[in-house]
Amino acid sequence: MFNNLPIPFLVLSFFTILSALYVVTSKNPIHSVLALILTFFSISAHYVLLNAQFLAIVNLIVYAGAIMVLFLFVLMLLNLNKDAEPIKSNLWGIAAAISAGLLLLVITAAFQKAGENVVKHPVEGIGLVKALGQTLFTRFLVPFELSGALFLAAMVGSVLLGKRDKVNKDLLA
Amino acid sequence: MDYALILEKLILIVVILAVTLVIALYLTFGERKIAAYFQDRLGPNRVGPLGLLQPFADGGKLLFKEEIIPKTAEKWLFIIGPATAMVVATITSAVIPWGTSIEIFGRNVSLQVADVDIGVLYVMGIVSIGVYGIMIGGWASNNKYSLYGAIRASAQMISYELSMGLALIAVVMMSGTLSLREMVEQQHGLNWNIWYQPLGFLLFFVCALAECNRAPFDLAECETELIGGYHAEYSSMKLGFYLFSEYINMFVSSAVMASVYLGGYNFPGMDAIANPTVLSLLQVAVMFAKIFFFVFVFMWIRWTLPRFRYDQLMRLGWKSLIPLAIINMVVTGAVMLLNQ
Repeated sequence: MFNNLPIPFLVLSFFTILSALYVVTSKNPIHSVLALILTFFSISAHYVLLNAQFLAIVNLIVYAGAIMVLFLFVLMLLNLNKDAEPIKSNLWGIAAAISAGLLLLVITAAFQKAGENVVKHPVEGIGLVKALGQTLFTRFLVPFELSGALFLAAMVGSVLLGKRDKVNKDLLA
Repeated sequence: MDYALILEKLILIVVILAVTLVIALYLTFGERKIAAYFQDRLGPNRVGPLGLLQPFADGGKLLFKEEIIPKTAEKWLFIIGPATAMVVATITSAVIPWGTSIEIFGRNVSLQVADVDIGVLYVMGIVSIGVYGIMIGGWASNNKYSLYGAIRASAQMISYELSMGLALIAVVMMSGTLSLREMVEQQHGLNWNIWYQPLGFLLFFVCALAECNRAPFDLAECETELIGGYHAEYSSMKLGFYLFSEYINMFVSSAVMASVYLGGYNFPGMDAIANPTVLSLLQVAVMFAKIFFFVFVFMWIRWTLPRFRYDQLMRLGWKSLIPLAIINMVVTGAVMLLNQ
């Protein structure tokens, strides 16, 4: 089954899955986040293998560089440890196992026939900025602009949330 | 597979790494000499001729000092912290074009390790993960001061990364490329980006100061409040790595600034030189001259300006730099549209 796969891909996949497993199994939330950062790095490496340089680096900047820093930031301030952990009933474990099993089922069903449509040998330059930009601004212009508007709304919303305190004070005074 | 190419790149990587480390080593010496000059002292002058062996004495001292890992620290993360800081500091140099190319043994060797299509984004990516070394080390120390330092550092870096990226976008819009090599080639002669992007350059410079954790933005290690901040618990070479990575960062960010805004290896009158080897060597020399100029300005600022207060730092980042960077971007776009 693994014979016709390139070695870099196998090594990377092994590493990705290992670090992703550590994210879920680790008891310490900080270790989980650090393992998640490693996972993002190895996923970026997968993108590079697929000739998608731009996606690889954007994945790093956005996830490993920005979102994970915020995660770490919050976790360090929370100082979570075993004493602070709420006691959960076994029901939670059962519910989690069932939903994870369902997710697995759906994913297997979805990917069962996907192998035929996967681009095995990506065209040189397909993931470069130029090609990507041209696709984004022609074929996917509307979704691209819409997601831009969504981001703007989210930004305005967060600024508003950050400012709410002051508005209330003014109202009270 | 082209084994000669792999060998060539390997040698180039080793040379650049060695040069970066030696330069960073001597930057510590330069910093002390410059500080001494600003404070009307002599500075280190006892070890070797003119005190030139001082950095080796310092390094040796750090290596042989007792290494202490606090009992309550997270041992592995405590070790990974400085290692991350060091690795992240050195890998940015991979995309910087130090010169055009040079003829060695009949091979045309490009003086850039990786001419990637996304050089500018690569730099931004490394900048954005640069904070992990400090964060991991500060948290793993299990010390309140260290944690404060780590949190300050990460908040500061997230804030200044934004305006840094926005300042860079204006340059990218102008040059129409994300490759550092092409960007430098477009600045042939004296056609430097700084003439078109003076405000962008200023923003980028301020952000670079903040990203390097240099004074006046060195709140992460602020001795007076945080007794050293994130590296308060560190000793021996681990401390050395943290201090050292700051100098490497300074060197590399100067190189990025020189390439993006100051024309990299380009200099006026470069077309007049016919001999390609001489030209290449001159280009490398010019590149390094620009880098050292920036490094000097970094040090000059450190020994002249007092440290910001934390709220001032945040206000500057979010309320001055980001709006300015956005205005810069919009104006650049408008001018480009009008010139079309």
